Amino acid sequence: MAEYFGYSGLAAALLREAGASVGEEVEVRRGGQVFRGYLMARYEFGEPGIIVLKMANGYNIGVRVDERSKVVKLTEVKPPAFNPPPPPTPREELPRVSIISTGGTIASRIDYRTGGVRAALSAADLVSIVPEIGEIANISAEILMQVYSENLTPAHWTQMAIRVDQIIRDGFEGAVIAHGTDTMGYTAAALSFALQKTPIPVVLVGAQRSSDRPSSDAATNLIAAVEVASKAPFGEVVVCMHGWHSDDLIHIHRGTRVVKLHTSSRGAFQSVNAQPMAVRTPEGLKMLTNMYHPRNGDGYVFQPRFDDRAMLVKFYPGMKPESLEVLVERLSLRGLVLEGTGLGHVASSFIPVLRKLTGSGLFVGMTSQCRHGWVNMNVYDNGRDLMRAGVVPLEDMLAETALVKLMWVLGKLGEKAEVEEVREMMLTDICGEIGGRTMPQQ
Amino acid sequence: MDYQKLGLKVGVEVHRQLDTSRKLFCNCPTEPREGGETVKITRFLREAQSELGAVDPAALFESKKRKKIVYHVNTYNTCLVEMDEEPPHPLNPEAVETALTIALLFNATPVDEIHVMRKIVIDGSNTSGFQRTCVVALGGSLVVDGKEIPIQTITLEEDAARIMSTGHGYVEYDLSRLGIPLIEVSTAPVINSPAEAVKVAKAIGNVLRATRKVKRGLGTVRQDLNVSISGGALTEIKGVQELQLISSVVENEVVRQLHLLEISKELRKRLGGETLPPFSYVDATEIFRNTRSKMLRSKLEAGGKALAVKLPMFAGLLSREAAKGVRLGAELAGHARAWAEVEGLLHTDELPGYGVSAEEVAALKKAVGAGEMDAVVVVVDELGKAVEGLRAVYARACEAVEGVPGETRAARPDGLTVYMRPRPGAARMYPETDIPPVPVSSDYLESLRARLPEPLEATAEKLARRHGLSRQLVEGLIDDEREELFTKIVESHSLSPTVVASVLTETITSLKREGLAVESLTDQKLVEVFKALAEGIYSKEAVPDVLRWLCSHPEAAVDEAVKNLGLGAVSTESVEAEVMAMVMAHSSEVEDPRLANRLMGDLMKKYRGKIDGKQLHGMVLQAIERVKSAEKT
Repeated sequence: MAEYFGYSGLAAALLREAGASVGEEVEVRRGGQVFRGYLMARYEFGEPGIIVLKMANGYNIGVRVDERSKVVKLTEVKPPAFNPPPPPTPREELPRVSIISTGGTIASRIDYRTGGVRAALSAADLVSIVPEIGEIANISAEILMQVYSENLTPAHWTQMAIRVDQIIRDGFEGAVIAHGTDTMGYTAAALSFALQKTPIPVVLVGAQRSSDRPSSDAATNLIAAVEVASKAPFGEVVVCMHGWHSDDLIHIHRGTRVVKLHTSSRGAFQSVNAQPMAVRTPEGLKMLTNMYHPRNGDGYVFQPRFDDRAMLVKFYPGMKPESLEVLVERLSLRGLVLEGTGLGHVASSFIPVLRKLTGSGLFVGMTSQCRHGWVNMNVYDNGRDLMRAGVVPLEDMLAETALVKLMWVLGKLGEKAEVEEVREMMLTDICGEIGGRTMPQQ
Repeated sequence: MDYQKLGLKVGVEVHRQLDTSRKLFCNCPTEPREGGETVKITRFLREAQSELGAVDPAALFESKKRKKIVYHVNTYNTCLVEMDEEPPHPLNPEAVETALTIALLFNATPVDEIHVMRKIVIDGSNTSGFQRTCVVALGGSLVVDGKEIPIQTITLEEDAARIMSTGHGYVEYDLSRLGIPLIEVSTAPVINSPAEAVKVAKAIGNVLRATRKVKRGLGTVRQDLNVSISGGALTEIKGVQELQLISSVVENEVVRQLHLLEISKELRKRLGGETLPPFSYVDATEIFRNTRSKMLRSKLEAGGKALAVKLPMFAGLLSREAAKGVRLGAELAGHARAWAEVEGLLHTDELPGYGVSAEEVAALKKAVGAGEMDAVVVVVDELGKAVEGLRAVYARACEAVEGVPGETRAARPDGLTVYMRPRPGAARMYPETDIPPVPVSSDYLESLRARLPEPLEATAEKLARRHGLSRQLVEGLIDDEREELFTKIVESHSLSPTVVASVLTETITSLKREGLAVESLTDQKLVEVFKALAEGIYSKEAVPDVLRWLCSHPEAAVDEAVKNLGLGAVSTESVEAEVMAMVMAHSSEVEDPRLANRLMGDLMKKYRGKIDGKQLHGMVLQAIERVKSAEKT
């Protein structure tokens, strides 16, 4: 039998018979007991045979039903219509910022009747929920896609880049991309390569606590992102998120240098092998470096193609060298980024396989699973042997950034690219992703 | 007072911390420990808007004074979950089991599936901005003095963070308490007298304690009271910590509501159907330019403004006092404080006074156009706050015409209450989707039913029987919640049960009456005191002194008390020798039956606390006998 508001089996049959919809007041009679409340939708993980009611005091409870139970609908309820607030009046003196949603909910409203959370979709709605952003900029908002960030692919990066390029050409002062946090670092790197020397800030923002919670970091991050998009002196792709557990410290990271380092904490995003570009505190936005591409600077290059025939492989003790051959063959790969140990090693048993793969025109780059620091394959014999087998040390590039860059380089150079050309471009700094000085850890 | 006739209805909510080894949604211990090395984090809360755009009065109240919230994090009992930096773990099964056991003890109906909800609370006491709470059972009842008191709900929730301080624009909390499981038992509003409210709360407490899984001591129990009288309004009174305070809180609330009804009647008579005009204020700063009122002067010098509002026909009603502290003036001040953090409000009922001259009062009345029958309220603060505060005062004054406003109030230790916030509308709750619902199977309930703990009455009987304790001592142990500690002590040391019980009840009570901080006598400390007694380090006569010393030295150990009080044990042989020498010196009086008592007086002065009195007396008698028999031979 088909599902009924998430219910199945007996519960679904009883509810269907009663003609009860979510939010309507029902009575569940079981034996001598009567439970009265508003019908709630059922989550998939719930045990079958239980009906969830919201009682008058606001609490939900589960009521088990059996063959002799009965459900009676008490009142018909029309879902209340949502009246969107009027759009804010544009203000001459303010810059124009475009907010693009790609998934997740940067701002939302709660339907306390059903417990449902609805994302704010329009600019008007967004400004009514986070009114501070309307004081910083004239906001336009749009939904480009609704994808959980773990489901994003390089094709989505291209789609985002095309949209931002249009926003740049439309003369906006800044672009904000609301993004799920899981793969925000990858997207930031991808857009950094696709929108080189962008004339306006392109700011990726997300939330580690969903926006329906009073404690959500969504609003503070969004306000900071709009401020960066409006006022920052640079034209770069950046990630704007909490710097720590507190709400009063927001970090602005260069798109090619940032990783999500914590599963749940607000300060999950950190710059690796680099300092954040700027911080925002209650005192305002403060630049931490003067090494950046300036806003409205020259040299904008739009290059949104990615070739996804590249792969990131993490080495582990005991890993079979043949696994690389299988991957390359099955997936017709054009390049590999290895996440090796320490200064950039995989077991010496990999050398013959690697020599064969690089000899056949495959690019193989080396990064480190240590995350912090440079790879240096000159220190140990094995490293030198790996280089002799054709493995290219990728200096201080983040493994994720190296993969994204490889996809972009393959896309840019096209099918006929020589491995030597790939190697050269991989080692050229394009948007602050490689090289530089390493500072003591904080 | 005839409470029945007044239509008094009281519902009691008893909140009590569960003594589980872990918190409700994470693996932190539930032992209290605050201070020490802490990390401080800063947060802001903003309530998600509701789909309907409807505004909850209580939530609006908090958001109007959006504050910077500073949390103190002690990693001993706080982790990322309390910091709202990690999703909650599933419901702690130990807490669920205890809550269901409690439900069965009240004969309530456990729900078939427990759903954790998020109840919006944005004063900062919950880092997430909501309290996680779930109904575990419905219905049930208890019988108090032959009357059945229905239970409405039994809920399991996370305790909130403890407020440390608050000031203009900020509030600080310690996170140690956040997440400790809390059981809440709410009765129907069927209680008709203050005394009955106390009895019901105590009876509920006794059922909870029967589980042996609840915490005890200061801050672990909290009673909320819902009080109303006919013609009045429902007042929620939060945070009554002590049982004995319940009756005076209820009594005072009845007095307060009656007083407000009387004032409303009087006002309506005076106003003759007129309504109060819309709020407007007058800047009276100039009038107080050269005031001799210290309070006004210091605030004006700090750049504050003195704003005044006329309350038409209120003359004399603001300071009319129904009981100590129950005045309309105090209600107005409470609103100014709660809504705008404005402290100190002056009104013409108490002026001239507080350094304000008659001329200033006359000028003030003139400025707002107040006549004979009108009252004028003045607040002094920075302009924005003063306007906010005065607006709150005026809004409350308008309510005074109508009668008793329904509101949430906080209980004070003196039994009076102060305004906290408006009553919330229908609770703002939505499902906590991070926590899967917990099914409650009938098999599981059967297994719990099969091993329900014995009620406290049965424990009392057992104690009396097994240890030969008087009824009074047993009741004392139960009331003071020390029956478990008692059992632990008498089972591990050979001590007289009566001695242990009377120290644990009467001695500690009398030390408390002396004003000593008996809270520092932790279970652990008391166990050590009895251990030393059993080891003969001091005698039972010294115990009150040891406890007294420990109360004033909460950090010190028992052996330090022994050292400082000069109690170190003496050897039986040396005392025996001394006793013998004393008796020999009085050998002419050995036939005098009063000799033993006379000698005891001197000996006790010297050996009090170091050797048991009874033992000493035995030594004296023995010595006398030996001297007597020696003389005979």
